[in-house]
Amino acid sequence: LSLSLVGISHHVAPVELRERVALSLERAASLAQALGDAVCLSTCNRTEVYLANGDESRALSSLEELAGGPLRSVAYRLHDEAAARHLFRVSAGLDSMIPGESEILGQVRAAFDAASPGPLLDRVFRQALHLGKRVRTETAIGENPVSVPAAAAALAAQVFGDLHGRKVLLVGAGRIGELAAGSLSARGASIAYVANRSSSAAEDLAARFGGAALALDEVPGKLGEVDVVLSSTAAPGLLIGREDVPARRRRPLFFIDIAVPRDVDPAVHALDGCFLYDIDDLEAVVAETLEGRMAEAEVAERLVVEETARFSEWRASLEVVPAISSLRAHAEAIRASSLAGLPSLPEHERRRIEAVTADLVNKLLHEPTVRMKLAASEQDGLAYAEAIRYLFGLDEER
Amino acid sequence: MAEVLFWPALLGYGEAAIAYVSPSYSRLATWGVRLGWLAQTALLAAQAAHVDGFPWSSWAGSLNLFVWFVVGTYLIWGCQPRYRLVGLAVMPLAALLFVVSRIGGGISAGGGSSYGNLFLTVHVGFILAAFAGFTLAAALAGLYLVEERRLRRRAPDILRLRLPSLVTLDRLTVRTIAISLPALTIGLVAGFIRLREDGGGVDALMGVTILAWLVYAGFLVSRSRGRRAAELALVGFAFVLVARIVLAGSHF
Repeated sequence: LSLSLVGISHHVAPVELRERVALSLERAASLAQALGDAVCLSTCNRTEVYLANGDESRALSSLEELAGGPLRSVAYRLHDEAAARHLFRVSAGLDSMIPGESEILGQVRAAFDAASPGPLLDRVFRQALHLGKRVRTETAIGENPVSVPAAAAALAAQVFGDLHGRKVLLVGAGRIGELAAGSLSARGASIAYVANRSSSAAEDLAARFGGAALALDEVPGKLGEVDVVLSSTAAPGLLIGREDVPARRRRPLFFIDIAVPRDVDPAVHALDGCFLYDIDDLEAVVAETLEGRMAEAEVAERLVVEETARFSEWRASLEVVPAISSLRAHAEAIRASSLAGLPSLPEHERRRIEAVTADLVNKLLHEPTVRMKLAASEQDGLAYAEAIRYLFGLDEER
Repeated sequence: MAEVLFWPALLGYGEAAIAYVSPSYSRLATWGVRLGWLAQTALLAAQAAHVDGFPWSSWAGSLNLFVWFVVGTYLIWGCQPRYRLVGLAVMPLAALLFVVSRIGGGISAGGGSSYGNLFLTVHVGFILAAFAGFTLAAALAGLYLVEERRLRRRAPDILRLRLPSLVTLDRLTVRTIAISLPALTIGLVAGFIRLREDGGGVDALMGVTILAWLVYAGFLVSRSRGRRAAELALVGFAFVLVARIVLAGSHF
């Protein structure tokens, strides 16, 4: 059984090319079916065809047909362990643009579910899905945010824990502020107020998040009511001064100032219970978390190596399975012919002899079977299988 | 028999104290806490079965019981991989005190106390349970101050090395103290009733325990939150430490 892979990805092909070969789940499944025992994985970053004993050239031609031109210079072809290792890296999120992104695991599962793979692809995809889950539970590769808006929301959660019921005051209706508000909202916070110089933009955004629109000069008056202030205006000077912040003895107030020039007086950070993060602080946090992902990626790579070794062992054991089966069949045939040569005996004696001979055959073949499987995992399996065939004359029996 | 159970308990606590250093081994550490605590529970049961009377009335015996309460409270309240640093604060202390208790003879199935079982159970049991709660509250408060400092310094690794959120730590500290203070009050009242009957005087340990009670009562009455609350919880714990470690032998 041979495993092969033909594909293109963001590592080798620009988006203009990738989008031409990108397939919906249904079309990917149809392509796989047309190619025989195959699974087609198509995402925005890659289109790959995994084949068991398949025709690689035909798979490549199918992709070239979609691309509308030759792909030989960019397409990669991998075989057996290398192909399995690649799939394991893909499902672990190690081959993604942002290491550890979690969406890919669902895409691998969908591609697998949509196809009708044979035993080899079934095994390698199941292993890939298992590894993908393992990487996400045993490493922290996907835990931390990799964008400024997501980092802002994660920091707010680091102060408040659960953000359900926490009120957010959004100052400015810019794109990045809106994204950060979206991240906070996704974690359960409610965007209670949106303040902006243009009242129509404030009203639009407030309506989208279910909050109330405010004028900028109303902001100081609302600071006592909210838990998070997210500011991202294009104002030339400070909008929130230290003196605007009410004394908060019982709950913290978290300021996220994404604006440049800054909207919030840096002195606010020194107030009891108040925390202020500006764009530089958030970018430093993102850079650190990316570094953390890289460190976790090394741990994940080790898991990929383990899984690949497991796949190799399984594949090697397949090589000796036919020899083991033939040997057992051979022994069973000898036993059956010997039993047939026995004179007629009472039923209970015949049964006893059958049981004893079956036990004898099992005991004799147990050790060679175990050792051959062991040798298979150490790459000598085929040689031992051949030796068994030669010594017992199994080939002549075929 | 009882002495034999000391070793698996210590092994569990020691393993947890070491494993909590690395985030990768938090789960293993949690199992160490669980298994160690079960072994210590068996040890206490064996002690109780062999002794006619309350077996933890000596300072070393009460230390053994105190460690059991501390680890038990930690198990109920915060024994999760996410609270690794609470474990890192609690488990080395628990392992150390457990060893001290053994050196002092608190593990042996020695003789019971001349005091009545009910009195000792109420007095020693409640006070030690309260002290265990205050120990955990101090660990939570310490963690609050660490996390608050990291937020204040805008530590770039704040999301990589995650602690529980500030609000969670604050809430857990307050709740732990709110549960522990009534236990301390019951234990103290039982002690004073006995003292009145016996006609004895207030010793240094009683004085420090009363000071701890006043600090924690002040903590709850003032409804402190945030950094001030965490600092107050640590001040209260300083009195608990003096009572539990420095003056423990003077009361028995």
